[in-house]
Amino acid sequence: MPKAFTPKVITANALLEGDAVWLTADDRWSRDIAEAELLTDEAHAELRLLEASARQSEIAGAYLADAQEGEAGPEPVHFREAFRTRGPSNYPHGKQTRA
Amino acid sequence: MYKYNDFDAAFVRERVAQFRGQVARRIDGSLTEDEFKPLRLMNGLYLQLHAYMLRVAVPYGTLNSRQMRQLAMIADRWDKGYGHFTTRQNIQYNWPELRDVPDILDALADVEMHAIQTSGNTIRNVTADHFAGAAADEIADPRPYAELLRQWSTDHPEFQFLPRKFKIAVTGAEADRAVIRAHDIGLQLVRNDAGDIGFRVLVGGGLGRTPMIGKVLTDFLPVADLLPYCEAIVSVYNLLGRRDNKYKARIKITVHENGIDQIRALVDERFARIRAAFSGIDQALLAEIQTAFAPPAFKTAQTDGYEAARLANPAFRSWSDTNLTAHMADGYAIVSVSIKKHGATPGDATSDQMRALADIAETYGHDELRISHEQNVILPHVHQSDLPAVYAALRAADLATANIGLASDIIACPGMDYCALATARSIPIAQQIATRFDELKLEHEVGPLKIKISGCINACGHHHVGHIGILGLDRAGVENYQITLGGDGSEDAAIGERAGPGFSADEIIPAIERLVLGYLDLREDASETFLQAYRRLGAGPFKAVLYPDKEGARDAA
Ligand code: HEM
Ligand code: SF4
Repeated sequence: MPKAFTPKVITANALLEGDAVWLTADDRWSRDIAEAELLTDEAHAELRLLEASARQSEIAGAYLADAQEGEAGPEPVHFREAFRTRGPSNYPHGKQTRA
Repeated sequence: MYKYNDFDAAFVRERVAQFRGQVARRIDGSLTEDEFKPLRLMNGLYLQLHAYMLRVAVPYGTLNSRQMRQLAMIADRWDKGYGHFTTRQNIQYNWPELRDVPDILDALADVEMHAIQTSGNTIRNVTADHFAGAAADEIADPRPYAELLRQWSTDHPEFQFLPRKFKIAVTGAEADRAVIRAHDIGLQLVRNDAGDIGFRVLVGGGLGRTPMIGKVLTDFLPVADLLPYCEAIVSVYNLLGRRDNKYKARIKITVHENGIDQIRALVDERFARIRAAFSGIDQALLAEIQTAFAPPAFKTAQTDGYEAARLANPAFRSWSDTNLTAHMADGYAIVSVSIKKHGATPGDATSDQMRALADIAETYGHDELRISHEQNVILPHVHQSDLPAVYAALRAADLATANIGLASDIIACPGMDYCALATARSIPIAQQIATRFDELKLEHEVGPLKIKISGCINACGHHHVGHIGILGLDRAGVENYQITLGGDGSEDAAIGERAGPGFSADEIIPAIERLVLGYLDLREDASETFLQAYRRLGAGPFKAVLYPDKEGARDAA
């Protein structure tokens, strides 16, 4: 049996700064995963990824990442994606400084 | 120091101009990421987890003060005020913005530097012994040959699309400080019975997924044959190397699959055919390059001040015990500046530190600096009489850590704090180990110990050749750290053996501590290093201290 589809968000790097961004339901690229559209249907997710990947002058390397519904909105599941919402652990650089 | 000729300068500027156009077309959307990626990689620009990363080559690790100051300027103007020195004698900037990269490349070109062939399936930055031209044990300076190789390989039309990346390292001494046995081609300058200088040529070394120690292709290659012979190796690989599977594409696999004898026969055949084409122009070029690497005008001065300072100042004595290496010139020393302050990120230097290093090199070091593969900075030529002043200046810049070659002098790759390929973080592990050993105040007693950490199987942190290697993995969504023991990157190169099950991020620091304290109990006396003790006793007793409660430990002990 194929593995059941788990909820996803679409994420990428912003073209100019390389900063992690997430696709919102109203087609913006947000720097905050909590604003992302949580995709629970596989076919819809694939379609959204195609649309997102076409936006080449805004982002690079769009992909689907596992996420779950949290209190304020989608949250990362895997630690790699959690790091992408913060920045490196050795300096207060990246998103964590803007929080 | 090698100076760009008109051709070099024009070539680098031309490449920057080209890339400027490509970046503009990427930003306006006329190039897709798929189209742009190979172009940016050809210019050393990666996209990582949180930002772009620019990798700048420091050819054979050699810099002058002007170049170091420019690296500091770039860090301040276009990055976050620091740079990361890597095991491949490069510097990486972790936060450049795409729009600024062409300007950064122009600023590099102003000081004869670039980021070309720091990525992609090309011949990468040729690395060399960081003590080149200074070490007492050296047969000859390997850098002129590294420069010759750099010129031959840069933009070589036949070698822009090799099956995989290709790394060459050169050393001039028997003591291998350039890890030549873990490179695609390793070159060691040797002298034959007739007293002539030539190369021992190794091929097929590499780390990564399938670590291998390089095998000897020839024990003596006359220096005049260097380029045709290397070209023969690379062309044989270019034809034979596997393009069907990225993980089997490195020359180490080609050598493994075909056997060293078969490779040797093919290389010899190819060499015989192409040798005549190198009609001596390369030798004329080499002669010209060699003049650029003439030793500096060494001075003579009294060294009593140095001895007196050693007696008077225990901190200076400790630093000079660990951070100095014998120099070929009378009264001189090689200074290794630790970029591994306890608790700091291995290999990261601030722009202020870079400028301090540039000033010190200019005032006391014949204007020379080196980046070592161990992520430290070297002042290759310092007269002993200047050492107290150098030490004071380093202290003022927070660069006087006395830990070269000790437990806290850790190599760590960027890992999941930056790298998009990582499976776990490596920097925080390095920071915590160093901090712990500083608290224990034991590392001087422990003596020589190389701990190396990679954040994934690609092994950029050289963990396979660490006396203690640490590999960060993702085990079911949790960071997990696997230990290898007994690796060695020196002339007695060996790949470390896996010790057993991995440790969580919380367990790994105590595990390393057990291992090192265990070694202190196991060693015959203070002169037996960790590696020697491991070689004498085998893995068993070390596993027993590492896994005190485990079934396997009893078997092993
Ligand atoms: C952060 C961006 C980096 C990326 C994407 C990257 C990628 C890779 C990959 C894919 C390999 C395996 C190559 C193979 O076996 O075919 C590799 C190997 C290696 N890299 Fe990196 N690396 C990065 C950073 C670094 C850094 C910072 C260093 C130096 C500290 C480094 C030094 C090396 C070395 C020494 C090897 C192993 C030697 C070998 O080529 O077999 N890399 N890297
Ligand atoms: S070893 Fe892995 S995690 Fe570390 S820099 Fe290389 S590719 Fe990235």
